[in-house]
Amino acid sequence: MYRKTVPYRIFNVFNTVFLICAALACVIPLIHVLAVSFSAKSAADGNLVGLWPVDFTTIAYEKTINNSVFLHSLWVSVKRTVLGTAGILAVACLAAYPLSKENAQFRGRSIYSWVFVFTMIFKGGLVPFYIVIQNIRLMDSFWVLVIPGLVNVWLIILLMNFFRGVPRELEEAALIDGSGHFGILWRIYLPVSLPALATLGLFAMVWHWNSWFDGLLYLSSKEEYPLASFLQTVIVSRDFSSMSFSKYEFELLSQKTINAAQIFIGALPVLIVYPFLQRFFVKGLVMGSVKE
Amino acid sequence: MRYLRRTWPFHLMLLPALALLIVFNYIPIGGIVMAFQDYKPWLHISGSPWIGLDNFRLMFEREDSMQVIWNTLLIASFKIVFNLLTPFAFAILLNEIRQKYLSRSIQTLVYLPHFLSWVILGGILVEFLSSDGGFVNRVLHWMFGIKPIFFLGDGNWFRFTVVVSDVWKEFGYNTIVFLAALAGINPSLYEAAEVDGASRWAQTRFITIPSLIPMAIVVGTLALGKILDAGFDQIFNLYNSMVMSKGDIIETFVYRTAIVDGQFGFATAVDTLKSLVSMILIVISYRLAYKLANYRVF
Repeated sequence: MYRKTVPYRIFNVFNTVFLICAALACVIPLIHVLAVSFSAKSAADGNLVGLWPVDFTTIAYEKTINNSVFLHSLWVSVKRTVLGTAGILAVACLAAYPLSKENAQFRGRSIYSWVFVFTMIFKGGLVPFYIVIQNIRLMDSFWVLVIPGLVNVWLIILLMNFFRGVPRELEEAALIDGSGHFGILWRIYLPVSLPALATLGLFAMVWHWNSWFDGLLYLSSKEEYPLASFLQTVIVSRDFSSMSFSKYEFELLSQKTINAAQIFIGALPVLIVYPFLQRFFVKGLVMGSVKE
Repeated sequence: MRYLRRTWPFHLMLLPALALLIVFNYIPIGGIVMAFQDYKPWLHISGSPWIGLDNFRLMFEREDSMQVIWNTLLIASFKIVFNLLTPFAFAILLNEIRQKYLSRSIQTLVYLPHFLSWVILGGILVEFLSSDGGFVNRVLHWMFGIKPIFFLGDGNWFRFTVVVSDVWKEFGYNTIVFLAALAGINPSLYEAAEVDGASRWAQTRFITIPSLIPMAIVVGTLALGKILDAGFDQIFNLYNSMVMSKGDIIETFVYRTAIVDGQFGFATAVDTLKSLVSMILIVISYRLAYKLANYRVF
């Protein structure tokens, strides 16, 4: 047994330590931000905070959730995530069902598949897309955050591969009983694919929550930004116009701790769904990508 | 007629997706004609003057666009190489951990950054890497006594930071496919090697690594299509005027020339060239992946 040998044991100790360090390196920046967000102004501005809050205070969070612009953008984000995810799943189910059929049963399937796949490998680019959005009057509308993202070809392919695993006999029996294809999709395919749909739904949710560029590009009023776009302007572009301080607050608050609090609130939903996501995504990733 | 009677529900189901694809994917592809125009927003596509290939010629004559293409190639190639090697090595090392709970916990932590957006991570990194008392510089100073490093304020350091932070964000997630490949190795191979008295290193060299090579070829070839894609989200949220000459990439350049400066035709030309080259590379890489490793996506 190689496990008992001295060189392997030494290797094993180093390897374990190394991997734990690598794993910690993935979360240390996040912990640092969390620590800063709960620290007092003087400690944060003086760069004294490491991985633990200094002079614990929650004032940065209080200020953040009392900021009406922040709250509204949070609401816009929730709205786009819920509506967008529901829409993506609906469109994906409808499209994946016919595409999962055999060529013999649905001639024309391969033409449709190419129409879908081609959009993955060739894109018109930023400027023509921008002009289309302008021309169909989606500019400055909330729906610009939802409608252009409704078709997600990657999710459709994953779902199509999943649908292919559903036994044909179920469908044939239903057809003999006089059910139509819409009925089969609704009463057979959807119930048996609930786990797959949950996975894809979580991916779509994270994608929507994290999307920031569309808000920046297509919405002119900062008040209507989703949270990710709002954070982009505040944290990265350092535009603080939405935040006003009273003299009293100015002595207690630092931009650093407020930013840290906002970053953490922005990341929180992803952190919350992450455990569920992780349970599914390894399977989901393999489900669509590995075929023999 | 019989065909339609049998398949009309299929066509109807595909209709929503198809309509959306036409509006948001195929019509913009038609908009590429702007690349051959001196596009003016108030004249629209129909009224803007045609100027042939001038926009493309201008791209190769302008120093900034050539610099941007070079930056993109450089940053993207480093990302491709290290986004392949790091997960490859990490999967092999992780495979040596026998305690299930430990291996699970490590995986949970390393997958996490993949799911956070570059807005969040950008905000974190700007603070974390700051030359003015940022966490990393404080630790480096405390451990090695180094003077503050301008991770995001110096062109060469910026490129380095972009590559390292991208690998940091993605290596965990990229490990998954290699772990799946490792799980698929036939255990009897190891048992046979054991009987022959092979050391663990010999087993790794002659069983584990060769078994992972097909997957590495797939990942590596499929990444070829990304050679002009250096990561818009990341660069846009990390760059600043100090690193513009070395950190600017095609997509951020297109965004600025089009949306900020209003040179729509020129920006479309740059973008189109990128799309075309990427498409050719994607098609080649899928063919290669199929030939070399018998891999098919569809």
